[in-house]
Amino acid sequence: MRAIGIILAGGNNNKMRELSNKRAIAAMPIAGGYRGIDFVLSNMSNSHVQKVAVLTQYNSKSLHEHLNSSKWWDFGRKQGGLYVFTPTITADNGFWYRGTADAMVQNLSFLKSSHEPYVVIASGDGIYKMDYNKVLEYHISKKSDITVVTKKLSDEVEANRFGVVRTNQDGRIIAFEEKPIETSERTVSTGVYVIRRRQLIELIEKAVKEERHDFVKDILIRHLGIKKVYSYEIQEYWSNISTAEAYYKTNLDFLKKDIRDYFFKEYPDVFSKINDLPPAKYNSGALVKNSLISSGCIINGTVSNSIIFKEVYIGNNCNVKNSIILNDAYIGDNTYIENCIVESRGTIRANTSYIGEGDDVKIVVENNARYIL
Amino acid sequence: VIKKEMIAMLLAGGQGSRLGVLTAKVAKPAVSFGGKYRIIDFPLSNCINSGVDTVGVLTQYQPLRLNTHIGIGIPWDLDKNIGGVSILPPYEKSASSEWYTGTANAIYQNMEYMEYYNPDYVLILGGDHIYKMDYEVMLDFHKASKSDITLATIPVTLEEASRFGIVITDENKKIIEFEEKPAEPRSTLASMGIYIFSWPVLREALIALKDQKACDFGKHIIPYCYERKKRIFAYEYNGYWKDVGTLESYWKSNMELIDLVPVFNLYEEFWKIYTKSDRIPPQYIAEEAVVSKAIVGDATEVYGEVYNSIIGAGVYIGKGAVIRDSIIMNGSSIGDRTVIYKGIISENVLIGDNCQIGIGDEIPNTLRPDVYSFGLATIGENSIIPAGIKIGKNTAVYGVTETKDYPEGMLEGGETLIKVGDGQ
Repeated sequence: MRAIGIILAGGNNNKMRELSNKRAIAAMPIAGGYRGIDFVLSNMSNSHVQKVAVLTQYNSKSLHEHLNSSKWWDFGRKQGGLYVFTPTITADNGFWYRGTADAMVQNLSFLKSSHEPYVVIASGDGIYKMDYNKVLEYHISKKSDITVVTKKLSDEVEANRFGVVRTNQDGRIIAFEEKPIETSERTVSTGVYVIRRRQLIELIEKAVKEERHDFVKDILIRHLGIKKVYSYEIQEYWSNISTAEAYYKTNLDFLKKDIRDYFFKEYPDVFSKINDLPPAKYNSGALVKNSLISSGCIINGTVSNSIIFKEVYIGNNCNVKNSIILNDAYIGDNTYIENCIVESRGTIRANTSYIGEGDDVKIVVENNARYIL
Repeated sequence: VIKKEMIAMLLAGGQGSRLGVLTAKVAKPAVSFGGKYRIIDFPLSNCINSGVDTVGVLTQYQPLRLNTHIGIGIPWDLDKNIGGVSILPPYEKSASSEWYTGTANAIYQNMEYMEYYNPDYVLILGGDHIYKMDYEVMLDFHKASKSDITLATIPVTLEEASRFGIVITDENKKIIEFEEKPAEPRSTLASMGIYIFSWPVLREALIALKDQKACDFGKHIIPYCYERKKRIFAYEYNGYWKDVGTLESYWKSNMELIDLVPVFNLYEEFWKIYTKSDRIPPQYIAEEAVVSKAIVGDATEVYGEVYNSIIGAGVYIGKGAVIRDSIIMNGSSIGDRTVIYKGIISENVLIGDNCQIGIGDEIPNTLRPDVYSFGLATIGENSIIPAGIKIGKNTAVYGVTETKDYPEGMLEGGETLIKVGDGQ
């Protein structure tokens, strides 16, 4: 491959509400057995991008735990590897990552010491499959300086939490608004960029010298007129999980057969860390309808239209509806849960009830003492 | 100098012919168990959990599945710089090349492997039992008793005792007598086929008996050492230990996993069992499905009904299908409205729509009544069963079958249908 990868997984977003209290967004569990960052890492690996840096800052411990070995994504080779970079204090820097461009400048040696001519920059909170080689081919054929991967949103997703783009007929981006208050455009940036490595080094070094730290605001948008910035629009599934509502909906998307088959059955695979859990166990009394159940679960009650993550225990006579139960949660007997996200390792008391509204999903964080049989 | 205190030699070369078509193309240790595991995962996980990080796996019969499963040992953390797992097949020598003719002969042929690690003790394991055991505790016992050979033993009932090799010990657990399948057992301590040898004792015995035909641990090595007054002790193990050597015992021990709190609990954090997981997506249970009293592997899709069964990974169960008291292994697909009762369906089997499997009366199998019994219908791996077929009890099917292979669309109880040939 002719590119190295940089995954921007540093940020926090208060729209995640309590869910980001203990983890980075890229470490959010997705679709039963995965973490957000698995998708971009698998894309990199499947596109033969062999040398990848993950730049992380906020609650980075969660990501470090997940990335404790690079072998699951088939990195960790003699040629290439997976690098996790958190901010460090050095002789000439004492700052946290002040922005995406600053994060890259603080790891300039990674960019400079590589020999691959291109860089694929991607965020850690996108749920999608992509062959970055195709973007790179497009980038080269357009003689583009920066190529932005874009997606036309479906009607139910709001555009104003993304970077909104307008292109000319050739696909060149002529306007780019970052998180506009109001917009009629429906095409947004997916946070995936392809750029020549030397070009990137030059741009970020210059920006940081001018005390500008954000890749989109301070580099991409400011250079729209000078540099050739092209849009590569994808038609396939793409979803961003950086708000609690989007996170909830993206998970429930996996109950749809076409989306499930696209991610789980079509080549290439999405990889994740292997947990060595036993198969899921359904005791008598279990009644599961239209749900995803993960390994290590023990189900005694009723579950419908829900995603149950790894090692969840669902007690007798429970009723779990339209909900996301994150890993290692314990749901006591006779509990009713509807339209909720139950935080991982939570313990829900028996005979309780948690109900969220259709559009306002309830996040349940309960750390009661747990008694195991 | 390389030095490992104890290395393990895992005998995984046997066919396990009493598992019938399940071992037609794979060695017994590679047969699936409990939804996602293979039998060899249990001794391999026991090794790494006991701190034994050097394991030689002796293969001979149909080793392909074992080789791909074990690889370089990554799932068990047995990919080590020094030691780790090594697959040891029989090999050609400048003189007298031969297959492994017996358990001890196989170990003898790998003398160089063992010498390379310069061990004090060698642990001999089989690949056909389901159990969790700390070999380090057994080694402590071996050292404390100043033993030359320690046999792992398990207390069994007096009735069962006549099916096992039984040991009679003194009050210090020193073995004073052996009885092989005694009609009237004088003890209930059965040998588990697990031995710790002090290396010099093993080495001496293997060399002394190198010309013994089909040299076997139970028949030759242990009697040889016993006659020479070696100190042989019985280590008593009191946990779960199940032989899965017959279809009946294989089926029963799988079924035990679905009890409310199984005797053999895979859900404990302590002493994990590791395996190579090829499929990691979660399982999908559809709106019209019923899953009750079952364990189900990853990436499986259930549209039908499953009761009292073990379902492996990547299995598809069609709409209206009903699976009862059955084992369905990885990658198999069950057609719509197909009904299976007490079936053992091996890996990657394709069963068409509207089939009925495990119906009718129990008629003893005509070909191998000792193997295909207990009312089970057994289907070998990669088999295909066309739509609308009926299959009785105590039956076996193996291969790509067509409708014309079934007279009047039915394989009667007690019959066997095996199709082999190129490309099948």
